[in-house]
Amino acid sequence: MSAERPTRESEPPLLRAAGLGKSFGPVEVLKDIALAVRRGRVHAIIGENGAGKSTLMKILAGHLAPSTGTLEIDGVPVALTGPVDAERRGIVLVHQEILLAPDLTVAQNLFLGRELRKGLVLDDRAMNARARQAILDLGVELDPNAVVRNLSIAQRQLVQIARALLVPHRVVIFDEPTASLTPIETEALLKVIGDIRTKGTAVLYISHRLPEVKAISDEVIVLRDGRLVAARAAGELQPADMARLMVGRDVTKLYPARQSVWTQEPVLEVRDFSVAGFVSNASFQLRKSEILGFAGLVGAGRTELMESVVGVRPGRGTVKLDGAPVHFADIRDSMRAGIVYLSEDRKGRGLLLGQILRVNVTLAALERFTHGLQIDRAQEREALDASIAEFDIRVPRRRMLAGELSGGNQQKLFLAKMMMLNPRIVIIDEPTRGIDIGTKQQIYNFVVSLTDRGCSVIVVSSEMPELIGICDRIVVMRSGCIVGDVSGRLMTEHEIVMMATGATSEEAALVAE
Amino acid sequence: MWRNDAMAEAAASGTSRHRWSIDLDLKTVAPFVALGLLLLVGGLTNPNVIGIGNLLNVLTRSAFIAITAVGATFVISAGGLDLSVGAMMAFVASLMIMFMNSGVIADPAVMLAVAMIIAVSVGAVCGLINGLITTVGRIEPFIATLGTMGIFRGLTTWLSQGGAITLRSPDLQSLYRPAYFGSVLGAPVPIVAIFVAAGIGAFVLYRTRYGRHVIAVGSNEEVARYSGIPVNRVRTVTYVIQGLCVAMAVLLYVPRLGSTSATSGLLWELQAITAVVVGGTALRGGVGRIWGTICGAFILEIVGNIMLLSSFVSEYLIGAIQGAIIIVAMLVQRSLARRS
Repeated sequence: MSAERPTRESEPPLLRAAGLGKSFGPVEVLKDIALAVRRGRVHAIIGENGAGKSTLMKILAGHLAPSTGTLEIDGVPVALTGPVDAERRGIVLVHQEILLAPDLTVAQNLFLGRELRKGLVLDDRAMNARARQAILDLGVELDPNAVVRNLSIAQRQLVQIARALLVPHRVVIFDEPTASLTPIETEALLKVIGDIRTKGTAVLYISHRLPEVKAISDEVIVLRDGRLVAARAAGELQPADMARLMVGRDVTKLYPARQSVWTQEPVLEVRDFSVAGFVSNASFQLRKSEILGFAGLVGAGRTELMESVVGVRPGRGTVKLDGAPVHFADIRDSMRAGIVYLSEDRKGRGLLLGQILRVNVTLAALERFTHGLQIDRAQEREALDASIAEFDIRVPRRRMLAGELSGGNQQKLFLAKMMMLNPRIVIIDEPTRGIDIGTKQQIYNFVVSLTDRGCSVIVVSSEMPELIGICDRIVVMRSGCIVGDVSGRLMTEHEIVMMATGATSEEAALVAE
Repeated sequence: MWRNDAMAEAAASGTSRHRWSIDLDLKTVAPFVALGLLLLVGGLTNPNVIGIGNLLNVLTRSAFIAITAVGATFVISAGGLDLSVGAMMAFVASLMIMFMNSGVIADPAVMLAVAMIIAVSVGAVCGLINGLITTVGRIEPFIATLGTMGIFRGLTTWLSQGGAITLRSPDLQSLYRPAYFGSVLGAPVPIVAIFVAAGIGAFVLYRTRYGRHVIAVGSNEEVARYSGIPVNRVRTVTYVIQGLCVAMAVLLYVPRLGSTSATSGLLWELQAITAVVVGGTALRGGVGRIWGTICGAFILEIVGNIMLLSSFVSEYLIGAIQGAIIIVAMLVQRSLARRS
């Protein structure tokens, strides 16, 4: 396979894999992977959830040992003994999950395990200065003394990237670094990647965002079901081609064709709603059978507003359900009223990762499964089976832990869990974060099908195309305020970015490109 | 008979017999395997160890810790901790004896019944206090129950004026005696009590909505909250259950000795926690194994018994051996977790 690719460079590749495979017990996750990573090139690795991307990255970064095949660095065969060994050889992995000490500051995290010292004591001043610069290099300003716990997920992600780039690196592996970043932050990160490439570093880049992949990579490597199905120059491929290679079928129609069915009748009215420190005087209406989008930059207060409306976070303001004032002191109150909220943080707030699927799927609606004193496990199992079928959750076995599912399947399980409550209003926060394109399509179809059943839906998302693709109307928030809403022909990325950033039309056009 | 919930379920579903189910069972079965090995070693050093009489005797003596540890299984499964159980036991027992000594009710049977109700109520209230301090007061359970441990212990010392509180009425003594020394259908009452406590505990933890909520809260409090589970209530009730279990232990303890002092129930909390952990319940919460806990309590007792009967090791080292057991149990648990 490698013969097909251009081999202009006479030097051996920085990193070469041949016949690489990995099995967990009887399950073959990767099979016969061959690739060559070269100086100053960006190799994108794409594939659906469960295609084996993360496993491959973990092998290359020394976190996992391959079951078969060989790795070469500079043409010399090596067996990596662990991530430390890999890092010593210049291979750095930027994890998808946030792996920072939440109670330490930004600078302390950046230098954790490699603190700068002046004699016997820590040189905080030097570390703070270098930390500030390292973050600035990523195009963001962040107080090096800020405690990580108080940062947003996007900010933590940037700290993590800065930390990885601090060590001498020859190959940097990014595992979905932009999944929780806004367009502007993404832009900045892509620039950083461009910079380190120019300096001769090789980059392996995993992402679900295909336009992004197209924009920055030299080579696109496509994995499907643990096999390498294509490795082509990025110039030869359009995002639509990539999607087809990943899924193995045509996915040009990502968003379902849909006729708006919403009526003028408002089901949920929120007026002058404030959340201390996050949202001030927000007012909006959700109509029956409407899909209402919420756009805005990370930190605009969308999540906080929704959490507060459903009663999981304190807030102040008027909420009316079908015209009648209601007060949700607790999330149970809103659930009883038929409103469910799906958090953006499905691992931390959505599912019990350490528990089996059955326990997860019935958790929110356990009352329905209790007869007398006892939980009816047979009924629970039936419900799980029904959910697996309805949401097309891919489970190798029923009795697995929720944490063992891939991200897309976790999201489907999370949806199934909340749907057990038979809601009439569904609020979904970042419904497709970190999810492959095939699963996204399924989730969009599902969201749209909700309105056919008379449900009303609020979608909070940082991905503007998906909001535009499925929503009837989009409310835009900026710095804790609702700055307006768009619908119909005005629903364009350009318009939304302008409202969300307060930027001028020209600046917005640049970002939306 | 000692079937763990997960095993029961694997057997019930019966659909999949892959390697994973064996792994899973390994974890739940581990404490019982350990007990089997201990009995084997014990039997080799001194055949008397595995005599039925000795085993029943050991099981009887494990009752206080076993029953207390059933409550601790709830607290720990929900991600909490209760260090006050030993002091609480002494406090509740002291109040119970003092009430019986007060002679406010003439009829011994009625007096005993009322005293028992008082003991159970005081235990529940003590647990409720622990629960409210940790949930409403938002104080780490370690600190909160360290505080109440001091308070219960101090109150007991004060009530006894540094000495002992002894049940005086011979009528009451003889009436109450069978509650520890008697037997039901040939089984000593304490053993019956263990199985009653564990049976109810297992039912509540594995079969009811409340039990599922306990596991959810211990697994991930945030997920539980976002799923509409009343986290604070669930947590608080685990401490009440712990208080009730302590009270049940008191009901067995008082007829046995008829006396309490400032040192009654000393270090029970550590033994109860050890029993829970040895039984396979995760200290970080989210996993609860009632029958494992009972097995853990039995292991603690049988180790002392083997040491006593074999005379290889000084019996004064029992504490050290029990300390070693908890560490070994954690190591074994972790290596099993890694395998699966």
